[in-house]
Amino acid sequence: MEIGLTHYLTVAAILFTLGVFGIFLNRKNVITILMSIELMLLAVNINLVAFSTYLGDMVGQVFAMLVLTVAAAEAAIGLAILVVYFRNRGTIDVEDVNVMKG
Amino acid sequence: MISTLFLTQLQILINEAMTEFSAPDYLPALPEIFLGGISLILLTIGVFVGNRITTLLTWVTSLVLIAAVVIILSLNINDQITFGGLYIADTFGTFMKCLVLIGGAITLIMGMSYVKNEGMKRFEFPILILFATTGMLLMISANDLISLYVGLEMQSLALYIVAAFKRESIRSTESGLKYFVLGALSSGLLLYGATLVYGFAGGTSYEAIGNIIESGDLSLGLLIGLVFIASALAFKVSAVPFHMWTPDVYEGAPTPVTAFFAAAPKIAAMAVLIRVLIGPFYDAFDQWQQIIIFISIASMVLGAFAAIMQANIKRLLAYSSIGHVGYALVGLASGNEEGIRGVIIYLSIYMVMTLGAFGCVLVMRKRGQMIENINDLAGLSRSNPPLALVFSIFLFSMAGIPPLAGFFGKFYVFMSAVNADLIGLAVIGVLTSVIGAFYYIRIVKIIYFDKPKDSFDKPINIEITATLTLTGIITAFFFAYPSPIISGAAIAARSLLP
Repeated sequence: MEIGLTHYLTVAAILFTLGVFGIFLNRKNVITILMSIELMLLAVNINLVAFSTYLGDMVGQVFAMLVLTVAAAEAAIGLAILVVYFRNRGTIDVEDVNVMKG
Repeated sequence: MISTLFLTQLQILINEAMTEFSAPDYLPALPEIFLGGISLILLTIGVFVGNRITTLLTWVTSLVLIAAVVIILSLNINDQITFGGLYIADTFGTFMKCLVLIGGAITLIMGMSYVKNEGMKRFEFPILILFATTGMLLMISANDLISLYVGLEMQSLALYIVAAFKRESIRSTESGLKYFVLGALSSGLLLYGATLVYGFAGGTSYEAIGNIIESGDLSLGLLIGLVFIASALAFKVSAVPFHMWTPDVYEGAPTPVTAFFAAAPKIAAMAVLIRVLIGPFYDAFDQWQQIIIFISIASMVLGAFAAIMQANIKRLLAYSSIGHVGYALVGLASGNEEGIRGVIIYLSIYMVMTLGAFGCVLVMRKRGQMIENINDLAGLSRSNPPLALVFSIFLFSMAGIPPLAGFFGKFYVFMSAVNADLIGLAVIGVLTSVIGAFYYIRIVKIIYFDKPKDSFDKPINIEITATLTLTGIITAFFFAYPSPIISGAAIAARSLLP
């Protein structure tokens, strides 16, 4: 069987959905949410590179590089905020992120 | 064999690149280059000198933002595309950028005393605001999905940090965390949509996408991509059903930061939404109009009903801002020049009112403690009549009572909806604004008729007084001299439509 564009898109779609569900269904730990975000961005990268090869167009790969870079910065900021939060609250359980409600 | 072939190909590519390369036209992007350069210089100065120059840096930053307005207005470039099609400078961008820059400058000046009193006096604060503003200008001027994404992230990453800037406060850090998680989710949605659009249109530039859609080839992939991008941008403007972060983040973030969130990023994201939908996706109008009508109605209804129960003034203003986004989207749903003009007028007026209202919230301080309960405003009319008057002007204006500015904002968007045969949408808009008037006027009633409690700390410092005076005068006397905003918005809307 030839592995074609559709297969890559399917894998990316599955990974992306897993990432989104990881954010919403996860009740345990904020770190899991950070990992889910990374999963979403990597799914996007698979999409970009697959389309780039399929179209024979370099723009997709340039985009993928930019996404990687920004994802690194985003993870750094996310962890920094998480550390500051942990210092105040002493826990990073998702269920405890509830000082404000309404 | 293969490697030599590869090498010769590479050689050809490099030669082509060398001959084709020429420096892009930098002039249209001068405001962004100016802001980026200055922010790096200020950051370096801050690192070496430390937190004792925070106040000076804040003043310098606000001056830099005002200087950027001057640069943009004096360049006055219409329809110039540069950086290989990544960047566009047009009148629409000019107008929106000026709004964002003025909003940023005013929040910085207004929040100075808060930053000092609440132990946030660290030099990074004004610089992060500057970075965020630069990102907003970039995304307003984006003419390609790549530059849109980079601008959006530059803005968002700086905003996540300022939301959690009061780092010993649980509420501030929690709001930063929530904003980060949901903001990252929306960036992911935007990217996923962008990849689908890239794959099915064969390019990321707005022209390429527009050409494909204009040729009538609206494939399912493009449509799904459009839905993803539209929902991600709806996240950023906090329209229902993507609004769930707004109340928590607005309540928890430090008040000047909340004021900034309500003014600048919302306007920038709205500008991006307009540019994306009216630009490349203009020929898919029938498809996105339904989405916009739905989120507009949902935002107006939620903004009107959910705010009634709130006891916290910042939370109430968050729901009120969700409602305002709904009204602004009414104009976008019309999708014509009149509608876009209405949105631009609405956003300008909204920014002035919101800055004023948050200026009043910044004054709410008793014995050195910030307070946020609406009931604490009781008897303000006796302890500080001018403040009570100004606050009431903003609240009446947000409710849309003529002849204040807010009425004209609503008038133009609803008129455009009626002229575009969206009479049902306009009727729902009027009804929800009547319901919304209830909670605005309830605050006025508390200010004027409830039993006085102990008064707020005095004196109110000069920066906030100046801001309140300025925004109050604009809000109250907009009807006397509306032509600068209205004609400017008309020119901006005309430059956007094909």
